[in-house]
Amino acid sequence: MNTPFYSSRRHFLQSTSSGFGYLAFSALSTWAAEQASTTAPASPLAPKAPHFAQRAKRVIFLCMKGAPSHVDTFDYKPRLIKDNGKDSGQGRGGPATLLAPGWKYSQHGRSGMWISELFAETAKHADDLCVINSMQTDLPAHPQAFVQMHTGSAQFIRPSLGAWALYGLGTTNQNLPGFITMDPPPNNGGARNYGSAFLPAIYQGTKIGNGLPGLAARRGGGGETTISNIKNPRYTPETQRTQLNFIQELNREKMERDGATPAVEGVIESYELAFRMQNIAPQVLDLSKETEATKKLYGIGDQTTDAFGKQCLHARRMIEAGVRFVEVAQGNWDHHRNLHADLEKSCNMVDKPIAGLLTDLKARGLLKDTLVIWGGEFGRTPHAQFGDGRDHNNKGFSMWMAGGGVRGGINFGSTDDYGYEAVDNKVHIHDWHATVLALMGLDHERLTFRYAGRDFRLTDIHGRIVKEIFA
Amino acid sequence: MISRTSFLTVLAAMIASSGRAADAEKLTDEQTNFFEKKIRPVLVDKCYECHSSTAKKVKGGLLLDNKEATLRGGDNGPAVVPGKLDESLIIRAIKWADKDMEMPPKKKLSADVIADFEQWIKMGAPDPRGGSVEGASAAAAAWKRKEIDIAKGREHWAFQLPAKRPAPTVRNEAWPKTDIDRFVLAKLEEKNIQPVGDAQKRDLIRRATFDLTGLPPSPDVIEAFLKDNSPQAFQRVVDNLLASPAFGENWGRHWLDVARFGESAGKDVNLPYPFAWRYRDWVIEAMNLDMPYNEFVKEQIAGDLLPFRDVQDQSKKIVATGFLAIGTKPHNERNPRQFALEVADEQIDAMSQAFLGLTVACARCHDHKFDPIPQKDYYSLAGIFLSSETLYGTTRQVQNNHPSDLIDLGKESGLPAGFEGISVAERAKLAQEKEKMSEQIAGTFREAMTARQGGGNDKNAAGLRILFERTKLGEIEGSLNRYDAQGNPRILAMGVYDRKYPTNSPIYTRGDSTQPGESVPRGFVQVVFSKAPEPVTRGSGRYELAQWLTSEQNPLTARVMVNRVWRWLFGRGIVSSMDNFGTTGEKPANPELLDHLATSFMANGWSVKKLVREIMLSHTYQLAAQNNQASFVADPENTLNWRMKNKPLSAESIRDAMLSVSGKLDAYPPAGSMVCRAGEGREGLIKLFNMASQPSYIRSTYLPVVRDQLPEVLSLFDFADPSMVTGDRENTNVPSQGLYVLNNANVLGLSDAFARRVYDSAKDGPTRMTNAYLLAFGRPPTQKELLASRSFFSNYQQDADKARGKKGPDVSMYAWSAFCQALMASAEFRYLN
Repeated sequence: MNTPFYSSRRHFLQSTSSGFGYLAFSALSTWAAEQASTTAPASPLAPKAPHFAQRAKRVIFLCMKGAPSHVDTFDYKPRLIKDNGKDSGQGRGGPATLLAPGWKYSQHGRSGMWISELFAETAKHADDLCVINSMQTDLPAHPQAFVQMHTGSAQFIRPSLGAWALYGLGTTNQNLPGFITMDPPPNNGGARNYGSAFLPAIYQGTKIGNGLPGLAARRGGGGETTISNIKNPRYTPETQRTQLNFIQELNREKMERDGATPAVEGVIESYELAFRMQNIAPQVLDLSKETEATKKLYGIGDQTTDAFGKQCLHARRMIEAGVRFVEVAQGNWDHHRNLHADLEKSCNMVDKPIAGLLTDLKARGLLKDTLVIWGGEFGRTPHAQFGDGRDHNNKGFSMWMAGGGVRGGINFGSTDDYGYEAVDNKVHIHDWHATVLALMGLDHERLTFRYAGRDFRLTDIHGRIVKEIFA
Repeated sequence: MISRTSFLTVLAAMIASSGRAADAEKLTDEQTNFFEKKIRPVLVDKCYECHSSTAKKVKGGLLLDNKEATLRGGDNGPAVVPGKLDESLIIRAIKWADKDMEMPPKKKLSADVIADFEQWIKMGAPDPRGGSVEGASAAAAAWKRKEIDIAKGREHWAFQLPAKRPAPTVRNEAWPKTDIDRFVLAKLEEKNIQPVGDAQKRDLIRRATFDLTGLPPSPDVIEAFLKDNSPQAFQRVVDNLLASPAFGENWGRHWLDVARFGESAGKDVNLPYPFAWRYRDWVIEAMNLDMPYNEFVKEQIAGDLLPFRDVQDQSKKIVATGFLAIGTKPHNERNPRQFALEVADEQIDAMSQAFLGLTVACARCHDHKFDPIPQKDYYSLAGIFLSSETLYGTTRQVQNNHPSDLIDLGKESGLPAGFEGISVAERAKLAQEKEKMSEQIAGTFREAMTARQGGGNDKNAAGLRILFERTKLGEIEGSLNRYDAQGNPRILAMGVYDRKYPTNSPIYTRGDSTQPGESVPRGFVQVVFSKAPEPVTRGSGRYELAQWLTSEQNPLTARVMVNRVWRWLFGRGIVSSMDNFGTTGEKPANPELLDHLATSFMANGWSVKKLVREIMLSHTYQLAAQNNQASFVADPENTLNWRMKNKPLSAESIRDAMLSVSGKLDAYPPAGSMVCRAGEGREGLIKLFNMASQPSYIRSTYLPVVRDQLPEVLSLFDFADPSMVTGDRENTNVPSQGLYVLNNANVLGLSDAFARRVYDSAKDGPTRMTNAYLLAFGRPPTQKELLASRSFFSNYQQDADKARGKKGPDVSMYAWSAFCQALMASAEFRYLN
């Protein structure tokens, strides 16, 4: 076999400038294998072929932190309404009474989907929604379930869904990170929820947000969305380019002296991307170019919907710019008390922006291959807690998807008569992961990474692709 | 009632439809897999209790633990008729179709499982189990217990004692300087690989200085080394570096990666651990004193139980057990039993990976899937840790259901407090605040009760206030607890003590704390020793565990550590899966070398410094980082060490090197940690956030390591995740790193200082430039680089002229700063040759 090696310095410099070689020495592959396989560039973020037909090219995950109530929103349970006040026979620590949703349900779209008035705006997109009513997860505790929703495992440190997607598919805009997470909560597992664990760190989510700790960040907004160190506080772009040219000259000099050094080449490339990002990323984050009509669509400018509206619009701008996976964390949906006031408040904050996002994506022709996901780490009990509240419920809850090759206007799976436990076509969080990956064209059983001598995957040894929801 | 005829009818039916009825000998993989994955587990789990030959009382005359009996069925008829759903009673039973025959009786199987059984019967009920009752039940019993053959497991290379061998002979006798070289070269010659030439002296001293101290060599030291032409020149360099206190700071940090050192709880409720630093300092000191590694291990597991010279010595040994206390913990777990099991699990995980290179924690819910570690072994270890009390502090607050005491070492320990004392008056004030808050809570409580009785709307509000007030009270108590009656700081530490009444742990079925099974004696992983050690009958067993870990009959401990040392010097382990020497780990690239290092490590009294020195004085370590075509083709990953790797500087070294060249480094070790000074509870974390946002010039080893909230420069450059054992750090090259060195305000500040230092070092530009290169890279600039530097300054001037009118003080100083920053941003600064 003809094993290539740089035949001359010129050849070497040519190859490096074309981006070859970054991973050549790394654990993922060898120099020879890279060269032999294809002419494709070896950048770890370069687009990669999916395992099978790709329905969703990109994902926007609207992550409702704290676990929204499904029985008050997307899981219509007439029996629960009828039996309001009766003993449910369930609940931790003593008898619990069934609590009917305090909001009216009605049918929407041609599909006649039942959605409560809390999501009156989103309901206008009923025929695009694929609501999974039979979700299940292992534990009714926020941190564990939140981490499991993101990484598949509550126990071990594992790469997050977005990192796996990026590892599997690469990204199309080399000027931006491929996985961006907006205002992720600092608790509930923190960085684990967008971490790459044992995957190369380049696949981890780039966190952007206002960078404030504590309350402000947990409430999901308040400040401007930023990328760390994105702006030089001192030099003009021209001066910085002059400086960077000098740095790159030093780097090239070093390569010339030392011969092939992928690490140096990596520095050269990542600095160029960093430099380009400074231009592009603020542009992507800059909402001033959007029309008033668009902003209004997302509820920007209205105090209730402004924060989440901006996040949704940012998300659209990012996926439009070629980011593979965008996650937006919102709120606190942990309504143990004051359900009637607080759940309504939470829904009011997101309903209009979500509807705006779906409308906007559709108008731009992006919805057909962009998967929008909505949901939290679990659901809530049909019985009351503290009179006006609902407790955690991991046995049955609802999440929905739209666009990206899913069948719109359907409810998949179901819970029992009260919405307590999934009984039909159960979709465990592992199945959900397998399905999201499949929609992106990735086979969860083949998307593996060898670490410490074992092939790991997002779904561990579990996962069923819920093909029934494919369009 | 079963009759002879019906049995024969079934048989006849089977024979007639033999095309469909699956025959054990002709099962396809798919059929076998289906049975093994979907059917057998359910039968064993849900049916065998009453329907197997090992059942206490077989019910309904039905056995389901072998093929023949399953087909024959029980009192009511055949359980399974291949291909015929309607005739298979098992289907009626599991569908709960008959009131009298709802199986399993306690809980109906899920719809999925029922569907699996239906599919299985439709497939012809393929059943790979034996036909005869005796053989089948034995097989079933073995399957259920999945009995691990320990004796066979010991055949794995890592479970065999390292063999002491003479250094091999080599063809090129002139090349080896040491025995290590002979082992390396023998392997290279075997594969016909040529090692590259030697490193340049400048590269070598830079490499050695960063490798041992994490800091760049000073220009003077480089100069002296260049001038020293004696054969002992490099040896002198190495000895000086090993004697430097910076060695412990750098190598201690290596160990802290392995020990998953962190100063907060991580996980769900990230409470600060203000006294974790004491363990950090113990590690650094142990490295500097070259504490024998066996002693180092023993103290971390059982320092409190070991003999001691005096109170000081005893105190330090107690501090060492901090290793077991600093792990992540789910403080919001409500169930105390579950919490204790989680803590023990974390300790087993850290201990087994760090010292043994084994993932024992995989055996918590079932026997280890890959390694010969039965679930029983896990609970033998769990018994040891459950019999120990882990003390980590933290204050009571919402979501912290498990605060614990800390260990008060007393002034006699001679250890620093890590924080300032307060006056008697201040202490009294704190005590008063505590009183006041307690009263306030009592008041709020009464209010809440009244509100509840009155059915008013305020009851929730009062309840929330109580939670808030209790958190506040917890923080006050935590602060108060730090001082003695005079307001002097108490000497507090995290660590572990034995419980008064040690107990064995039950095996928890599937790791579920509500399903305890039989208890197992406290003991060790059986496969490690050729004969499993006697179980523990007195004390927690940590003392014995410490002995087992450091026994010279333990095949793993020395190997795992020498492999770590090799990794820290070469950038890659001889076994590349640093924390997994099990059957799924990588095999050693050079087993003879690994064994040589391990046996001589033990023979040399487990001295880490001697080992480091032996490696660094080898020819292998002193090779150039150059590439070579032929060798690359033969061994692209350089597993056999034909060259030195271009190692990236660690996050700490990048920051420390920037501090060092800019003259800002405060090399003096700080007392304690910022986390300790910031205080207890949530309030402490908020204060810490403000403190940490100020520029700091201490060595990176001493920066606060709050889990999930690492200092930016550390997390950007692949610092080890402090929640998990890390023997091998990531090595990334991402744009956020570029953004940091180009734009971060702290970097600009250090560039200014570097520029000032260079500017003041000479009167003329060329000398200043040269001095900048000497500081940053340990070498003068090349001719080309001088030219490039000059043109940078003139381009910068042009840019500045263009931007004239805009405010810009002292453009020339900014130019020097941008120049110095560029040197620090360049690849040469971040990678070693």
